[in-house]
Amino acid sequence: MSGRLRARQLGVIGCHVCGLVCKDRLGERGHARCPCCHTTLRRRRPDSIGRAWAFLLAGMVFYIPANALPVMYTGLLGSSSDNTILQGVISFWKDGSYGIALVIFVASVVVPCTKFLILGLLLVTSQRHSRWAMRERARLYRLIELVGYWSMLDVLVVATVAALVKFQALGDIEPRIGIFFFGAMVILTMLSALNFDPRLIWDGMATHE
Amino acid sequence: MKTFPHLIVCEHCDTVYRRVSLESGDAARCVDCAATLYRANRMNVDGWLALTVTAAIALVMANVCPVIRISLHGQHNEVTLWQSVAALGHGAAAPIAVPAALSVIVVPGLQILLLGWVLAFARAGHRAPGFAMAMKVLATLRPWSMVEVAMLGILISIIKLSNVVQVTPGDGVWATAGLMVLITLIASRDIHWLWGITDNHPLRGRQGV
Ligand SMILES: [Zn+2]
Ligand SMILES: [Zn+2]
Repeated sequence: MSGRLRARQLGVIGCHVCGLVCKDRLGERGHARCPCCHTTLRRRRPDSIGRAWAFLLAGMVFYIPANALPVMYTGLLGSSSDNTILQGVISFWKDGSYGIALVIFVASVVVPCTKFLILGLLLVTSQRHSRWAMRERARLYRLIELVGYWSMLDVLVVATVAALVKFQALGDIEPRIGIFFFGAMVILTMLSALNFDPRLIWDGMATHE
Repeated sequence: MKTFPHLIVCEHCDTVYRRVSLESGDAARCVDCAATLYRANRMNVDGWLALTVTAAIALVMANVCPVIRISLHGQHNEVTLWQSVAALGHGAAAPIAVPAALSVIVVPGLQILLLGWVLAFARAGHRAPGFAMAMKVLATLRPWSMVEVAMLGILISIIKLSNVVQVTPGDGVWATAGLMVLITLIASRDIHWLWGITDNHPLRGRQGV
């Protein structure tokens, strides 16, 4: 297909820590370390697809209580309520803070759902050794690496607001269990993306050749 | 083991390239997957170390000076970055305080410490004791550093609370903003070339590292 060669075809491995390119002797010895930084050399991240699936599915399961359960209790000036993430977005929208409503909606709904879809897509296509849209899939992977952690925004907003509003009789804001599930979901999907090996996207080429 | 210091392997698709020297500010990109292979180094070690020390000061300030002050009916409250993540530690969502504190305080702090350690020795052209380990840990920490998310979280909290209480940004918010910029500059992906400027490495003195 292209004139460029892959590490596997040339019989070399790039060390993922220091970048040094070494001769691939894993076939003979089964285990090798980088001569420069002593990191274990691997052709691909170990058990990449299995681990990425496990973290992704766990993240998706956690996303349900993250949305269904309240993330914050607000008791201010006589009125008190438990709020889920979406109720928070809606109340911002009603107050006329459209910008903030949008930012929170993107961080808590658009980014996680896009992440679920993209990771699922990457995992399924890689398992099938698909050669479809490899370049685009590689870009999608870098996109979720770039935006994935912004979802932590909700957790940090709840933290800051809850820390500030502590006025006993006048008002009080507290974190609720939903924010735990939400934060755990963000971490699990990040782990899923970190365990997925983007080189698997391109391995389809070798199997078809 | 045979090594090939003149080659580089794309971390995202395993394509092998020959290293070429770059103009300052340029980046080498992978032709197949468009990932960045490496960048020309934009900073000298002295400048880098100076920014790292400044980042350390900003991190301390963000945790000592309040980031936000609020007042309601004559009562005042203020929080630092640290106090705001600590607030998550109360109540049902308590476990999420750990990753929150890690991502906005502990991880950036470790990045600064490790970089400071490695750079202080690199200034003299030496490899710091534990250099390989420090570089490994730095690469692992990078995705978990979320100061920019904390910054956006603070801004959103300010706007959110300004509807009900009187809000003033504290000095800590400027420290956090500074820290956000500095961490992005000092601990970006392109720390690989540190391997090339310290001794006993096959990549030493090579262009484009
Ligand atoms: Zn190495
Ligand atoms: Zn590539």
